[in-house]
Amino acid sequence: MTLAVELRGVSFGYESERVLRDVDLTIDQGRFVCFAGPNGGGKSTLFRLILGLLRPDRGSVRVLGRTPEDAHLSMGYVPQNFAFDPRFPVRVSDVVRMGCLGRRSRRAEDRRTAERALEEVGLPQLANVWFNTLSGGQRQRVLIARGLATRPEILLLDEPTANVDAVAEQEILDLLEALRGKLTVLLVTHSASVASRFLEMIVCVNRRVHIHPPADKVDDQLMRHICGYEPLPEQHPPLPSRTRGGAGRVPPAGESPP
Amino acid sequence: MTDFLHAVMTSALARNAVIIGLLASVACGIVGTYVVTRRISYIAASVAHCVLAGLGAARYVNVVHGWTFPNPVQGALIAALLAAGVIGWVSLRTREREDTAIGAVWAIGMAVGILFIYQTPGYNQDLMSYLFGNILLVSNRYLYLTLALDVFIVAVAAIFYYQLQAVCFDEEFARLRNLRVGLYYLLLLALTAITVVLLSMVVGIVLVIALLTLPTGIAGRFARSMGQMMMLSCLICAVFTVLGLSLSYGPDLPAGPTIIVLTGAAYLLSAAGCYAWGKRIRRG
Repeated sequence: MTLAVELRGVSFGYESERVLRDVDLTIDQGRFVCFAGPNGGGKSTLFRLILGLLRPDRGSVRVLGRTPEDAHLSMGYVPQNFAFDPRFPVRVSDVVRMGCLGRRSRRAEDRRTAERALEEVGLPQLANVWFNTLSGGQRQRVLIARGLATRPEILLLDEPTANVDAVAEQEILDLLEALRGKLTVLLVTHSASVASRFLEMIVCVNRRVHIHPPADKVDDQLMRHICGYEPLPEQHPPLPSRTRGGAGRVPPAGESPP
Repeated sequence: MTDFLHAVMTSALARNAVIIGLLASVACGIVGTYVVTRRISYIAASVAHCVLAGLGAARYVNVVHGWTFPNPVQGALIAALLAAGVIGWVSLRTREREDTAIGAVWAIGMAVGILFIYQTPGYNQDLMSYLFGNILLVSNRYLYLTLALDVFIVAVAAIFYYQLQAVCFDEEFARLRNLRVGLYYLLLLALTAITVVLLSMVVGIVLVIALLTLPTGIAGRFARSMGQMMMLSCLICAVFTVLGLSLSYGPDLPAGPTIIVLTGAAYLLSAAGCYAWGKRIRRG
C-alpha cells in the first residue's frame, strides 16, 4: 500500500531562520497521528509542507505517492477557527459546500454531500444559520464538516481545539475519535491533554521530529518533548544517498535510536 | 421631485440618466459585495483615480489628433483595467508592499490625467465632470456599453459564484481545492475596474468609492449570504441613485454629490441604529 505521507530529508526555513531540519517521516494509511510540540516548534510549517502550501528547501515530500499539489483533492484541511473575517456573510451550508469545490459534480449532489457532512459532525440543524453567529466550538465543527465534504483520504486538522471551551473540546475530540480507522487523520496540537487522547502515533515536532514509541499514557519524556523543555533527539542515519554527514553523527547522551 | 418626474416622461436625457443609474446599481451591488468582503476598497479607490488618466488621454487624442478611438469611456476602461492589472501583478508576483504600490498607482493615474487635460486645448470644464460626475452629460452615448458591461458582470458573478465566494472567504482552502486563486483574484480586480468606470459616470471618480462600499456596508448588517448582500446592496444603490437624481434635478444641484450625501447619511444612520440596538440587547 502506498504511504499516506513520506518526508525524506526535509529542511525548511523562513528568510534566515531554520524551522525544520533533516526531517524523515513516514505515515501509513489509516493511522491517527498526533503532531505535538511547543508553539513555534514547526508543527504548522510541517503541515504546510505536507499540504504543498510551502516547498521544502531540501528533501522531498510525497503524499499518497504523489507530489502534495497532485494530492490536493485527496486531502481535507481544517484550519484554525479564528482565522476568518467574523463579519463575512456566509451560511453554514455554504461553508461546508466549499469542500465540494474542485470536483466535477452537480450542484444538487454537492448539496447532499454538504448535508451529510453536517450530520456527521452533529450540526444538521445549523445549515441555514449565519456562520458568524456560531460559537467557537460550533465553528470548528463546521470546518471539520467542510474538511469531510472534500471526501478526503487524509484529514489534516490544525489545532482544532484551540480557543474553544472544555465542553466543546470534548465534543470535537469525540468526533475525531469516531473517525479513527475510517481514514488517515493528522492532527496538530500543542496541548498534552489532547495528545493523551490519541497515543497511537505521536510525532513530536520541535525543529526536528521524533516519533514517540507507542505508549498508553503521556510519560514524563513525552511531556517534556511536547512542552519543548527537552530538545528532540536527532533522527537516525538518513538515506544513504545523502551527502551531508548525517550518518556519522552521534546521538545526544541518553538517547536510543527510534 | 415632480420636475424630475416630468423630465423623465418627456426628455430622453433624463430617462437615460435613470437607466444608467439603475444599470450601474446592479454592478455596484454585485462587485461592491466582493470589494467589501475581500477588503479591497483601497484598490478600487486607486483604480478609480487612474480612470482620470484614461479619460484625459482619450480626450486629448480625440481633440488634438482627431482620433475617434478611444472615446473617453473606452479610455477610462483601458486605464482602469491596466491599473487593476498592475496592482494585481504587484500583489501576486512581487514582494513589494501592496499598499505602497496602490498609493503609487493612485497618484500617478491622477497626475497623468491632469497633465493630459491641461494639454488639451479648449474649454476644460471636463475636469469637474470627470471628478464629480455628470450623469446627464454621459448617459446618452454610453447606454449600450453600460448594458453590455452589466451583462458581463452579472454573468461572471453567476457562473463563478461559489468559486469567488470560496476565494474571498478562505483563500488557502480554495487553493487546496485546486482553484486558481490568483486568476480569480485578477478576475475580481477586472470586475472592480469595470464597475468603477460605470459608477464614475454616475458620481464621478472621486466619489466612486463611496457608492461602491456604502450600500454594501448597509446591506452587510442584514445579509446572511453573499447573494443576499448583493441583491440588497443593488436595491439600496438603485434607490439612492434615483432619489439623488430626482432631488438634485429641481434645485439644479450636481447629482453625484447629492447621491453620495444621501447614501452616506443612510450608512451613518444604519451604523448608529445598530449601535443603539446592540446596546439595548446587551442591557437586556
